[in-house]
Amino acid sequence: MSRKTTAKESEERPKHWVSYPRFLWRSLALATDGSWAFYAWMTGLTAIALVGANAWAGQVSSGMGVTGMSDHVSWGLYIANFTFAVGLAAGGVMMVIPAYLYHDDEMHDVVIVGELLAIAALIVSLGFVVADLGRPDRFWHLLPGIGRFNWPISMLTWDVVVLNGYLLLNLHICGYLLYMRFLGRKPNPKWYVPFVFLSVIWAISVHTVTAFLYSGLGGRPFWNSALLAPRFLASAFVTGPAFIVLALQVVRRTTSFRVPEGPIQTLLKIMRVTVLVNLFMAGAEVFTEFYTGSSHVAAARYLYIGLHGKTALVPWIWTGLAFNVFAAIVLHTPKLVAKRPLLNLALVLVFSGVWIEKGMGLIIPGFVPSTMHELVEYYPTLTEWKVTAGLWAVGMMVFTIALKVALPIFGGEVGAGERSWKRDDAPDSDPEPAPAE
Amino acid sequence: MSALNRRRLLKGAGATLGALAFAKAIEPVFEFTANLSGDEFLQKHYRELSPDDLRTVLARLEAETKEKYGADVTIRDIRPQDGVQFGYALNLSTCIGCRRCAEACHVENNHDRKTHQSYIRVFEMQQGSFDMEQGDATYDHPVPQPGRYYMPVQCQQCDNPPCTKVCPVEATWKEKDGIVVVDYNWCIGCRYCEAACPYHARRFNWEAPEISAEEINPNQSYLSNRIRPQGVVEKCTFCLHRTRTGALPACLEACPTGARVFGNLLDPDSEIRWVLENKRVFVLKEELGARPRFFYFFDV
Ligand code: SF4
Ligand code: SF4
Repeated sequence: MSRKTTAKESEERPKHWVSYPRFLWRSLALATDGSWAFYAWMTGLTAIALVGANAWAGQVSSGMGVTGMSDHVSWGLYIANFTFAVGLAAGGVMMVIPAYLYHDDEMHDVVIVGELLAIAALIVSLGFVVADLGRPDRFWHLLPGIGRFNWPISMLTWDVVVLNGYLLLNLHICGYLLYMRFLGRKPNPKWYVPFVFLSVIWAISVHTVTAFLYSGLGGRPFWNSALLAPRFLASAFVTGPAFIVLALQVVRRTTSFRVPEGPIQTLLKIMRVTVLVNLFMAGAEVFTEFYTGSSHVAAARYLYIGLHGKTALVPWIWTGLAFNVFAAIVLHTPKLVAKRPLLNLALVLVFSGVWIEKGMGLIIPGFVPSTMHELVEYYPTLTEWKVTAGLWAVGMMVFTIALKVALPIFGGEVGAGERSWKRDDAPDSDPEPAPAE
Repeated sequence: MSALNRRRLLKGAGATLGALAFAKAIEPVFEFTANLSGDEFLQKHYRELSPDDLRTVLARLEAETKEKYGADVTIRDIRPQDGVQFGYALNLSTCIGCRRCAEACHVENNHDRKTHQSYIRVFEMQQGSFDMEQGDATYDHPVPQPGRYYMPVQCQQCDNPPCTKVCPVEATWKEKDGIVVVDYNWCIGCRYCEAACPYHARRFNWEAPEISAEEINPNQSYLSNRIRPQGVVEKCTFCLHRTRTGALPACLEACPTGARVFGNLLDPDSEIRWVLENKRVFVLKEELGARPRFFYFFDV
């Protein structure tokens, strides 16, 4: 992204061609300097990522027969994780909305965490798409202009557009704000506020389009439901805030960055609503399927109680639901919320619960029973688990490094003149941002 | 050495080590790309190939088949004819479920021998029910069984195909004679089409097909029965290498009961037209609006 500025500005201030490389250089130093704990963490993640890369390479060379997928269940763990990661990326917006739309100043101070999470999660989700391709060497066929991009007919092309667009938007917003803070300058609202508003709409669209990928398929009744997109959003707004609340606490413990309590409370408030909405929609879906009792119920039956003795998903989905219910209870009991370890446990559980419910619990029943009502089950192989772990490790690395660079700059510890950032000219005291067009 | 320098050195060593480990980890990818020719990598979409390009591509594919499978084959590019719209009908009253059509498909289309792949699946259905859930495609007993009827299912060559709509790279499309084809050299293997097809008609090459040189059918075409590469999707093409040159599909010729009727829907004297006009025909899952070109009927 270009970080342009007006000619007048650049006359009186150091030139960007001097200060921007310096910004990058300082960022690199920030990204690679750290405590032993940091090095240990990054080394561990690198090791997992390498195991994943190796498993993926094996899959490319010997074919996708090394996965547990088949012509009956032709998508599996990769697409499940892809869907979940898109939700996580969209969930970051739950910090952006209070910070910019409702001018929550404390949220404004930490909103970058949400935006960086979106970047990391998008990289993970795009990674899962590539991992799922039978012919990653032909990836260029997807490039508009060079390949043949079946837009606007194919929903998958829409997804490629919105995911990459959202990635660029967030890269621009984070990059611009950090660079300005680095220079010790006040960010010009013109250069980021419209993009922030766009990113709010865009966040909704990435997850909606991802839901349309599935709900647009008439031959798969389990997915062919208008409720899919709203459900996706509700669960995204559970996982995003849950992850951020956990991440903020880690930041508070391991860095000198000031994490106020306000944003954490706001996010918990949001989750109190979304976790219930998510459970409500799950309930509505279960009722419609089971009460109607038509042949459409087969997939839901397979998921919740098993079909003709095939029950691979049953323990998973009930575990996922139990996690969601547990979190809902904790979040709605102020006495329990006050117990931080318990609250954190609830956040971890609800995160895993949605991972089950929206990952495997959504993708696999679309294929079991198959379109011709055959029952073939799916079990991911070790290769798939390795690739999956590897991609999440990459995501955690991206997120860690991004935070390591962003927080000292954002907190004013590091800047062009190495002078400390004065809080009172921070952009939270910006004039009213112009409404987006 | 100062602490700063030592730190720099360590960082550099760490980065180098990481890069080396990464190169090692993805080594198998290079084994795969070593078998790919640059021409294959850069090949354009089938519909963008000039006649000259196409000749080169076909020659290259023939040479590759020779190299990898040890067989001399002819791969042609056979275009649809004007005034032809193919249709297929199947008589459920006479089909006995012998699966000879599926076997003929297996042989004709150079399917993978290990998985015994075929584009046709025959379902054994309960008399008095059209519930697919009561159907069974994996039966293993003498046929026909009392109280059962048999329903072979293959690509329905839909007129409103959900599969082509979803393909992100236009690697699959409907030709003007109604046959839905795949450019196996353009497909990226995302399997979205496989999820979209309501008839379980598509197959993915989870591994490179295995087939011995003697068993290979050398009469091949680019869009149909040439040996498919690993990692791409394939499907029934109504044997277009046969039917576009006036022959009948392999599955029809193999059927011992004459249950299968194939022909040009635009030809008023064709048998398929007679069936459509005189029998009570139906299509599978009509409510989905895919508009199949594959019709079923009962005699009585
Ligand atoms: S039956 Fe399936 S593969 Fe064949 S045209 Fe219809 S949707 Fe496509
Ligand atoms: S698997 Fe191939 S033909 Fe099918 S949608 Fe993907 S790219 Fe298109």
